[in-house]
Amino acid sequence: MRSNVNFFSDEKFRSIFFQTLVVGLFALGIFFIVQTTAYNLEKRNIATGWRFLTDPAGFDISFSPFIDFKSTDTHLDVYFVGVLNTLLVSFCGCIAATILGFLVGIIRLSSNWLLVRVAYIYVEFTRNVPLLLQIILWYSILIQLPRVKQSLEFLDIFFISNRGIYSPRPVFENGFSYVFLAFLLAIISSFILRKWAKKRQDTTGRQFPVITSAFGMIVFLPLLLFFILGSPLSFDYPALKGFNFKGGMVIRPEFIAMFLALTIYTAAFISETVRSGIMSVTKGQREASASLGLKKNWIMRLIIIPQALRVIVPPLTSQYLNLTKNSSLGIAVGYADLVHGFGGISLNQTGQAIECMVIVMATYLTISLTISLFMNIYNRSIQFKEK
Amino acid sequence: MKKLLSIFAVLAFAFSAHAGTLDDVKNRGFLKCGVTTGLAGFAAPDDNGEWAGLDADMCRAVAVAVFGDRSKVEFITTTGKSRFPTLASGEVDMLARNTTWTISRDVNLGFEFVGVNFYDGQGFMVPSALGVSSAKELDGATVCIQTGTTTELNLADFFRLNGIGYEALPIETNDEGKENLFAGRCDVYTTDASGLSSTRAAAANPDKWVVLPEIISKEPLGPLVRHGDHQWGDVVRWSLNAMIIAEELGVTSENVDAQKSSNVPEVLRLLGVEGSYGEMLELAPDWAYQIIKQIGNYSESYEANVGPDTPLEIARGLNALWTQGGILYAPPFR
Repeated sequence: MRSNVNFFSDEKFRSIFFQTLVVGLFALGIFFIVQTTAYNLEKRNIATGWRFLTDPAGFDISFSPFIDFKSTDTHLDVYFVGVLNTLLVSFCGCIAATILGFLVGIIRLSSNWLLVRVAYIYVEFTRNVPLLLQIILWYSILIQLPRVKQSLEFLDIFFISNRGIYSPRPVFENGFSYVFLAFLLAIISSFILRKWAKKRQDTTGRQFPVITSAFGMIVFLPLLLFFILGSPLSFDYPALKGFNFKGGMVIRPEFIAMFLALTIYTAAFISETVRSGIMSVTKGQREASASLGLKKNWIMRLIIIPQALRVIVPPLTSQYLNLTKNSSLGIAVGYADLVHGFGGISLNQTGQAIECMVIVMATYLTISLTISLFMNIYNRSIQFKEK
Repeated sequence: MKKLLSIFAVLAFAFSAHAGTLDDVKNRGFLKCGVTTGLAGFAAPDDNGEWAGLDADMCRAVAVAVFGDRSKVEFITTTGKSRFPTLASGEVDMLARNTTWTISRDVNLGFEFVGVNFYDGQGFMVPSALGVSSAKELDGATVCIQTGTTTELNLADFFRLNGIGYEALPIETNDEGKENLFAGRCDVYTTDASGLSSTRAAAANPDKWVVLPEIISKEPLGPLVRHGDHQWGDVVRWSLNAMIIAEELGVTSENVDAQKSSNVPEVLRLLGVEGSYGEMLELAPDWAYQIIKQIGNYSESYEANVGPDTPLEIARGLNALWTQGGILYAPPFR
């Protein structure tokens, strides 16, 4: 009895004991869940396994901008279509939400009373209404647009109806790859130019108009080549034939609803992050830089933003993760993302619920960890470097 | 630790062990029946909020067989997608939900179809203003389709076979389909022909919609239960068969009392006057009598819910008795 008391009064023993106990119970719990699931699946004669992945899907997916999907393709192809669609709406959403979020965040710190109020109402409204409702709201508005035969026309080449926005599709002809190559080349040279200009400024103090010259290079180099090669680009125009428009490009209302809702919702959070980031830079920094004679936009660019970013980036990362995960709500309006296609239709047609869900979850985990990884690398690059 | 393990073992037993579904239902005191989220004529709340329809009658018939009381049933709505997990997990005792009997569902998903209570086929409905008279003219159309159904697969096959293109707009429920079709987001709605009739009947102006003549698939719809519980499967199977046999024998809810003194042996067996079929099923001796008394025979249920005199206006067609040009047929009651 006595030795027992001694054991428990030993802090080291106690902590090891309880940690082992907790881990042991957790492992037992997991074991229990797996066992029960396997037992019940077997008892109910539900076949398990991964074989279904190579079976033909048998259904069609209309929204597949990257892969030409046919009903004879496999469930694995359904998966890839879903992943790409999820990435598409997440990527577009993250970019747009960042731009809108920064804009609104800066507006809320401006001195224009009206703009500040409008931004305030926007942020408070969108932040406090569930995202699912916003998605459904946008979709309901979009399907109330005119029917396809009464489409709104713009310049005879854009058509807006409740089937989406139709626009001309660029057709790249022979030689366009050179224009594209020139574009890439211009971007790379801009980076090299920036590096050179920075080095020169550090050593001699002389500045070089990097942004103007980079912009000129990126725009005019490809454009020049484009005309030299005799404009190797034509357009395929949409035209109403039969039931729908044929030709051209289309952006579906399901995508637009998802894009708008995700962007507007997430941008509200990002704007708050940006606002707090900028406000975290003390007033003294601004005053000190002003007293050094820096121009107003230089103060913002060279003093405020770099310090604010240190505060902004970590929460920004979690907003990107949120947006990506929230894109799974696409199922509410029939947006053909990963959850809707593979985690929904494939699951349902094959009945392999556990397998499909495991794959879908692993995929979201991978996407999220990848986003985190890149954001962490970026975060490290903007932190204070102690010299 | 031993004690802990035994607790887990008991828990595991409690979670996984199912006594027979029939015993579960009897102990619970009511039947849990999975139905659609609302499909007029098959299962939808009527003006008084009571579930009514051909499938709802199927649920009630089983409740009557077990309890002798048509009200001892809880209707649980399921979508095309949620119906199978709901049944597999034991949340409902049976499904009577416009579900097509297919090999993969019967074999791979671990279910058992106990019969067919409606022979259907997949059709197309379009606005009459489109001027389309055949499904083969639908090249390039946008089609609303309920996901997770056999119709989704048939649709892909039909268009592939005919070498025409289409654009699928996946939707979850019949209501969503209606909304998108009426808003013009899709040109065509495809589902079982009975479902189309139901949707058309619910439109503001039914004359503005036409159901195209093509029927592109076999859709035998019937009640199903979990595979492996044969006793329960038998109860549901024979509840359905009793209604069909009653029609064959001319026993209706009105004449059922008089029929008890019939001189036809099969009628007497059906009504529990002779033989001990109720006992074999572990049900009351007059279980089938009660079904006919409280629900009616198959024909009565059909005429009241989907027949020519209802807004759905579906003729008996394939669903007539085998003696009257249809394929409705039940094994003998003997």
